Amino acid sequence: MATQRTALGSISTGSAPAGPASRCSSDEDLLDAIEHAAVDYFLESVNPANGLVPDTSRAGSPCSIAVVGFALSVYPIAVERDWASREQVLEYSLAALRFFRDSDQGGGPDATGYKGFYYHFIDMQAGKRLWRCELSMIDTALLLAGILTARMYFDRDDPEENELRAIAEQLYLRVDWRWSGHGTIRQGWKPESGFLHYGWEGYSESIVLYVLAMGSPACPLLTDAYDAWTATYQWENLYGIDFLYAGPLFIHQFSHAWIDFRGIRDAFMRDNRSDYFENSRRAVLIQREYARRNPLEFAGYGENCWGLTACDGPDASTATGADAGARLFGYAARGVPYGPDDGTLAGWAPLASLPFEPAITLQAVRTMQQRYPEMRPDGRYASSFNPGLANTSGASWVSPGHYGLDQGIVAMMIENYRSGLVWRLLRGCAWITHGLRRAGFRGGWLG
Amino acid sequence: MEHRRDSPPPADEYLERQRMRSVRPADWRNPEPARRYGLVVIGAGTAGLTAARTAASLGARVALIERDLLGGTTLNIGPVPSKAIIRTSRTYAEMRDAARYGGCVPEDIRVDFPRVMRRMRAIRSRLSRAVAAQSLAAAGVDVFFGEASFTGSDTLTVDGATLRFRKALIAAGARPIIPEIPGLAEAGYLTNENAFDLTEAPRRLLVIGGGPLGCEMAQAFCRLGVQTSIVQSWPLFLPREERDAAQLLSDAFARDGLGVRLNTRVLSIRMEEGRKIAELITDDYRSSVIADAILLGTGRKSNVESLDLGAAGVAHDGEHGVIVDDFLRTSNHRIYAAGDVCLSYKFNDTAEATARMAVRNALLHGRRRLSGLTIPWCTYTDPEIAHVGMYVREARARGISMKTFTVPLHTVHRAIADDEETGFVKIDVVNHTDRILGATIVAHHAGEMISEITLAMVAGIGLRRLARVIHPYPTQAAAIKMAADAYNRTLVARRRRWTSAWLHWLDRGA
Repeated sequence: MATQRTALGSISTGSAPAGPASRCSSDEDLLDAIEHAAVDYFLESVNPANGLVPDTSRAGSPCSIAVVGFALSVYPIAVERDWASREQVLEYSLAALRFFRDSDQGGGPDATGYKGFYYHFIDMQAGKRLWRCELSMIDTALLLAGILTARMYFDRDDPEENELRAIAEQLYLRVDWRWSGHGTIRQGWKPESGFLHYGWEGYSESIVLYVLAMGSPACPLLTDAYDAWTATYQWENLYGIDFLYAGPLFIHQFSHAWIDFRGIRDAFMRDNRSDYFENSRRAVLIQREYARRNPLEFAGYGENCWGLTACDGPDASTATGADAGARLFGYAARGVPYGPDDGTLAGWAPLASLPFEPAITLQAVRTMQQRYPEMRPDGRYASSFNPGLANTSGASWVSPGHYGLDQGIVAMMIENYRSGLVWRLLRGCAWITHGLRRAGFRGGWLG
Repeated sequence: MEHRRDSPPPADEYLERQRMRSVRPADWRNPEPARRYGLVVIGAGTAGLTAARTAASLGARVALIERDLLGGTTLNIGPVPSKAIIRTSRTYAEMRDAARYGGCVPEDIRVDFPRVMRRMRAIRSRLSRAVAAQSLAAAGVDVFFGEASFTGSDTLTVDGATLRFRKALIAAGARPIIPEIPGLAEAGYLTNENAFDLTEAPRRLLVIGGGPLGCEMAQAFCRLGVQTSIVQSWPLFLPREERDAAQLLSDAFARDGLGVRLNTRVLSIRMEEGRKIAELITDDYRSSVIADAILLGTGRKSNVESLDLGAAGVAHDGEHGVIVDDFLRTSNHRIYAAGDVCLSYKFNDTAEATARMAVRNALLHGRRRLSGLTIPWCTYTDPEIAHVGMYVREARARGISMKTFTVPLHTVHRAIADDEETGFVKIDVVNHTDRILGATIVAHHAGEMISEITLAMVAGIGLRRLARVIHPYPTQAAAIKMAADAYNRTLVARRRRWTSAWLHWLDRGA
């Protein structure tokens, strides 16, 4: 492991990450079962006609373009693990890429996209915009990361794989990244009101977005935008641990699903003698410490029971009886140490940090699984559970159905831990490496 | 008239008479102007009063001109009245939350709004004694009531009299910005200039603007039983503050039951059956809010229009007010400015500090610089949000590498005992050093706590030395020492790495 370990003050850092060789077989079995169930979400729910994948397993769910990005990234895993044939997932992938290529890019209220970006939610059949949602820069980036993963995996010289690679290039190169950047990249745009007004400062899951935006040879984002964004970072010492602050755990995970940040550093991380991979490891320690302290005294929290991140959750309609009046946030980006925190945990969130700190995350996965088996209905993680809102038989409140984002990040991070497959594929993508270099990353595998 | 603290405050009319006797005596006769003043001060708010007293104590011949009430915004319409109301609102919040503190919630919590306002007026009246026109005159200050207007580079007129000066100080303050919203003027609105004249609570209140004043008042009125909504055009309240501070404030508002509309603009206001209906827009989503009163918290702008600054050659513009250099000197080198009229930081403490600085620079050829001031400020919501020095984003924009030592209050024993764990102390230092550049505190009494860090910054004390300051146990201010201790632990860890490498090298040699 090329990461640098700096002193962390008073918090025990646990043992060093265990490599695959040192894992016991029961860990392998557990991870295999969870990963398989997560991959199956995509294989079971994809619309084969257009490759679109629903946001959740709930009836009537629309397609989330980010979930399609995860699907495209997960299909190679399915092939390599022998859970699906190459032909089958190639068909799904090609259907998705053809759909996006041919989609309405006019930017109208019921189009699919504009300037190479796509609306966040589109309908599963025709692929038109739903809910007056925003044209989403980050969700487009997650989709494109999946598209480039497919481009790198399907490398054979046959007509269909050749076509897939050609469409992937076309979709990536047609994005007008400069249009999206005003100082920093804007979060979204709507045909009715223009760019969203939301501030999007501080460290977030957007490194992959900036890397893609700067790596494009066609219409790249200026490097000023990345500098402007990283200028809003905060390097903090919290609970005695130095880290680049972000509250919800998913921020420390999403870009890492595609990009191997071990040992590569931009100017900010060079200055702080760390890297983003190491930073995500420290985020695990901070989550664990918060849960151990459990300042709001929620049921279940402890050093092996944590996972505050963006997830579904109970809302006001859920709380009854003694819980009535409790503040519940529904779907929210839960985080530490300032919340929001309503006692809801994402059981899958520790697993999505598996590569960063295997020993601690596996310990949490096992403990939570043992105490709250209901959080994994049908063997697949629900979006979240809340032990404080238990039913009469003592089982926690559990978010109904499953969310595609959760399944995608779990499958990819387990696989990256087990074989490094997705990291390896995208390390070979010249646009990604170019984007990283333009962002100032040096060292490690980047040279 | 003396009254017991727990007895009803005296009647409004009496209190107002008392106050006016101090801040604008009805029988006041402006004095015969001196042949020439060493310093003429325009405006008798915090900056003006401080400047006049400072100059008089230095032996200068001083004239002080006020067009309205002595004490200005701070005493009459700003920080003091609002703090009095906030205190009562906190009491009600604690009554409703008594169970959290191990108490019983009173069965019948009724808000007597007129009583709340009378208490505020009693406090205002009491404090007005300190700025009485008579006491200023006794201190050697010639107090003039009337509109000041420059007539030349070293002359001005007030109430028909011409005053000549060697130096002048403009401390005319600021007034609320009235946003251009169709229908607002017709519907009527409150600002900090007249909100404290209310004697009855509106049933529903709409606060426009999520800056310090809007946030303080919205929470206070909400806690006093007024159904309150706050509309803020930015995605967060207090947009200048730390994001986490603003986030905690949003959470606190939601807990209080305040209707929060972020990222939202008021498109128009119309009257319907005596109710004010505000049409709102959030991105492309339209909604409306019904209110009985509207309070504006949309910022303040400098009072410069009536002064005829052009006659004195004093440059000004709509954005900055009176334009000053780092020594608080205007484009007319005889004339200085201080306080809200020339500063983007429109705070009472800053007005006072700049007034002293301007007087010394004007009368004693001082070279004190505005940029040398360490300015703290506080928004008196619950929790309070206090800040001093530079923000991290400002420092990083200047290319300064920063590190923040963060202590959440849920790690502080006294905060846990007080059940006041919402908040933090964040101390920002130059990375790889202990030099403090700024700090933000979110806590029940953050305004009290920030001064320790301000003192450290002014005295050039770094985190290492701050760690040696013993704090009484248990106090919430101990969080400051905990942040300093965290810094020291990073040193210990670094030292341990060095010693470990050294010992390892020695072992190899052996």
